[in-house]
Amino acid sequence: MNEPLLILGMVLVTFGVRYPVLAVVGKIKLPEPVFRALRFVPPAVLTAIIAPAVLMPEDNQLLLSPANAYLVAGVVAGLVSWRSRSLLLTIVVGMVVFLGWRAVFGAM
Amino acid sequence: MHPTTPTRREEFWAGARATLPLIAGAIPFGIIFGAVAVTSSLSVPAVMSMSLFVFAGSAQFIAVGLVAGGLSLGVIVLTTFFVNLRHALYAASLAPYMKDLPQRWLLPLGFWLTDESYAVVILRYNQPDASPYKHWFFLGSAIAMYTNWQICTLIGIIAGRQIADPQSWGLDFAMIVTFIGIVVSLIQNKAVLVSVIVSGATAVFANHLPNKLGLMLAALLGILAGVAVESIWPQPGAETETPGAVTGETL
Repeated sequence: MNEPLLILGMVLVTFGVRYPVLAVVGKIKLPEPVFRALRFVPPAVLTAIIAPAVLMPEDNQLLLSPANAYLVAGVVAGLVSWRSRSLLLTIVVGMVVFLGWRAVFGAM
Repeated sequence: MHPTTPTRREEFWAGARATLPLIAGAIPFGIIFGAVAVTSSLSVPAVMSMSLFVFAGSAQFIAVGLVAGGLSLGVIVLTTFFVNLRHALYAASLAPYMKDLPQRWLLPLGFWLTDESYAVVILRYNQPDASPYKHWFFLGSAIAMYTNWQICTLIGIIAGRQIADPQSWGLDFAMIVTFIGIVVSLIQNKAVLVSVIVSGATAVFANHLPNKLGLMLAALLGILAGVAVESIWPQPGAETETPGAVTGETL
């Protein structure tokens, strides 16, 4: 493997995805529907990261059971966030429930 | 929120602070990356360069796996491209807020764009206060993430397999729980709720797709669903609404 070439290629495609859109999209005037659609990016993308991590922590298999500490702590964190509107409290309670649940019921 | 406009320095540190739980979540992955990467055929300088110059966690992991699997350079670079495609969505979503920034800001912030920094930075931009220094918040978040990633890679390279399974520490849940808190705070109307449900369901069913394409598909369908619901039931004042009930203090 030509390592410098590998790194260079990865740098180009990574930076090439991140930077140009950032530099160009701001300069052109976006049509209103596009701008509206972009407001859904944060909830949609973050959910797409969370859902498989919580529901299928291992090997692409749905694990809908109390043995799934990710699911239990995730649901608790969601409720805490909803009721408290505090991100810090959500993180603290979520981590405590997750670690506690695994300590009691064992890691999968 | 703030009686006085925060200074550059305050924004910078607020950005770094807001990213702390996500940094905790990245620690085991950085260490595992360093440890796994040096046991592949890659040299130590190549492993460190990847963290220093590519700076894309998932893509780095997958690239190392492909190197170990003996795949060709072209395939690895192409895969990296697909794994990172979601960053184009992040950039498009941030760009309207950053259009007045000069290149000397856009270049480094573009380089430092990650899932983690995106999540906290878009929340900051969405807050209604007119701080002119929100890009300093981005900078603080980015430098904190970047520094942590380099240190963790180095620890992984040096300590290698001596560190017993850092994934079992449970820190990997830190990123998930932070994102859960952010998403719940963003669900403020029917359109976002439907968007989140469609995205989540799609992500689960499309999780078997390679190169994070399931994530891309889920995000796109979720966005479309949100737009569709919004056009059927227009939200009063949806254009000016700030989808961030999470305040600066709670971050």
